[in-house]
Amino acid sequence: MFINQLSVFIENREGRLEQVLEALKNNNINIVSLSLADTSEYGMLRMIVSDPEKGKEVLKNNGFSAMLTPVLGVKMSHKVGQLQILLAKICEAGINIDYMYALATGSDDASIVIKTADLKKASEILEETGIELISSGELKG
Amino acid sequence: MIWNETKECMSRDEMQTLQSKRLVKTVERVYHNVEFYRKKMQAVGIEPGDIKGIEDISKLPYTTKDDLRDTYPFGLFAVPMSQIVRVHASSGTTGKATVVGYTKRDIDIWAECVARAFAQAGLTREDIIQVAYGYGLFTGGLGAHYGAEHLGATVVPMSTGNTKKLTTMMKDFGATAIACTPSYLLHIAETLEADGDIDKIKLKAAICGAEPWTEQMRLQIEEKLHINAFDIYGLSEVMGPGVACDCIYHKGLHVYEDHFLPEIISPETLQPIGENETGELVFTTLTKEGLPLLRYRTKDLTSISYEKCECGRTLARISRFKGRSDDMLIIRGVNVFPSQVEAALLEMGETAPYYMMIVDRVNNLDTLEVQVEVDEVFFSDKIGELESLTKKIAHVIQQAIGLAVKVKLVEPKTIERSMGKAVRVIDKRKLI
Repeated sequence: MFINQLSVFIENREGRLEQVLEALKNNNINIVSLSLADTSEYGMLRMIVSDPEKGKEVLKNNGFSAMLTPVLGVKMSHKVGQLQILLAKICEAGINIDYMYALATGSDDASIVIKTADLKKASEILEETGIELISSGELKG
Repeated sequence: MIWNETKECMSRDEMQTLQSKRLVKTVERVYHNVEFYRKKMQAVGIEPGDIKGIEDISKLPYTTKDDLRDTYPFGLFAVPMSQIVRVHASSGTTGKATVVGYTKRDIDIWAECVARAFAQAGLTREDIIQVAYGYGLFTGGLGAHYGAEHLGATVVPMSTGNTKKLTTMMKDFGATAIACTPSYLLHIAETLEADGDIDKIKLKAAICGAEPWTEQMRLQIEEKLHINAFDIYGLSEVMGPGVACDCIYHKGLHVYEDHFLPEIISPETLQPIGENETGELVFTTLTKEGLPLLRYRTKDLTSISYEKCECGRTLARISRFKGRSDDMLIIRGVNVFPSQVEAALLEMGETAPYYMMIVDRVNNLDTLEVQVEVDEVFFSDKIGELESLTKKIAHVIQQAIGLAVKVKLVEPKTIERSMGKAVRVIDKRKLI
């Protein structure tokens, strides 16, 4: 079960990040979580939003390069070592992790977003071991 | 000092008689030896017999860089390859090099012309000349080298790239002259200044060329280094450096017109225009054997004067260049056409066809940045992938133009869409 992540290419220019957020706000799109990777020339804003398809459309219409990437949203209980256990399963299967960041779901439990090389296989492994994945429906509203 | 007083100071009548005699021979030779020219002349109904002197020059067809490209590599050579002793090459508009060839006699005449230029700069066999143009397919290095040897001077073949070694040897050898691009010389001057070495060098003259520069920049070089700086001009198609050079009076560049017949034409109407009026410079080679060219369009804009110079030379003088009639850029002495960058990007096929070249000069060295739009075609949310794409683009462009470039990814639609002729270059270099 994948969720769609909205990724945006942002030049290192003053105000560009704010303009992305403004476009989303004006179209009533909620940002559930985000991560910003930066290089010397540009940044890559990765977001989990309430309506990724609409978000992509809105950003494209505002002149940004945006794309949707399927990722896994994984629920974890707030206990020591939970993330390590989860990663151990993925590593055992020989699946490479491209990137990950924390997902704010508002509940007491923690969640993370993971992008791996073979997403389908990773999701199957996690589901087999009883780890709960977040569905896109849970992120609406 | 005047290296060849007979040729450099002859009367206009004598010069025209000599040029006419040589033009007639050149036309006969290309007609019989080069199919391209024979067909071109036949197409306009001209035979060698119709050209009796330089007054008939306008009957002859023009030659362009495209003609050299279309006949790549040796199609315009007028002698068998057994007589060609050297080739040079420069970049063409679409990636294919422009190849030029020289016979032994061509090389000797080239050396003679460069020696005239060095003599004009006050140099003699007593001088130690550092040649800091690139050696190789580019005509700058070997052209200046052979000229300096012909003069009898001591040549230090530095080539480019190691400024520290250059300044060290300049001090240790007591070099009295240098031949390089003007921007590189400014960079050298700053290195010397920073090391507190300006007073430790014996430099007295610089012969600079291969890129456009202004009178202000020339004066700045003279002031910084306490030397005389001279402007040498040439292009590989016609020969290389040493087609023309200015003298100590700096009132235009003396054209060695006993070997290269200059004309100024309107780039629009292609009709000849008068003395002191600005137009495109056109050359017909008068003595070249390997690659004789009829009315080669240089695309350089200048004007010409036939007035005798205060230095005593009667050679025609062309004024400092006022630009070009095409979009060629000269970056670190290398000819670059935006179309080369475009062709490379399109061939790669992974980017949008929108790009912008930003040319700048940082610490007196030219820099080239190519901005490419991050389009949906190749957008990735993995930074690693974007970085390898950036590297790939830089590599492909470098292969095409022979210069290292910095590639910068920019947001889509940030590069201006033009209705007419697209602006693909921002040249921030202030030719101070």
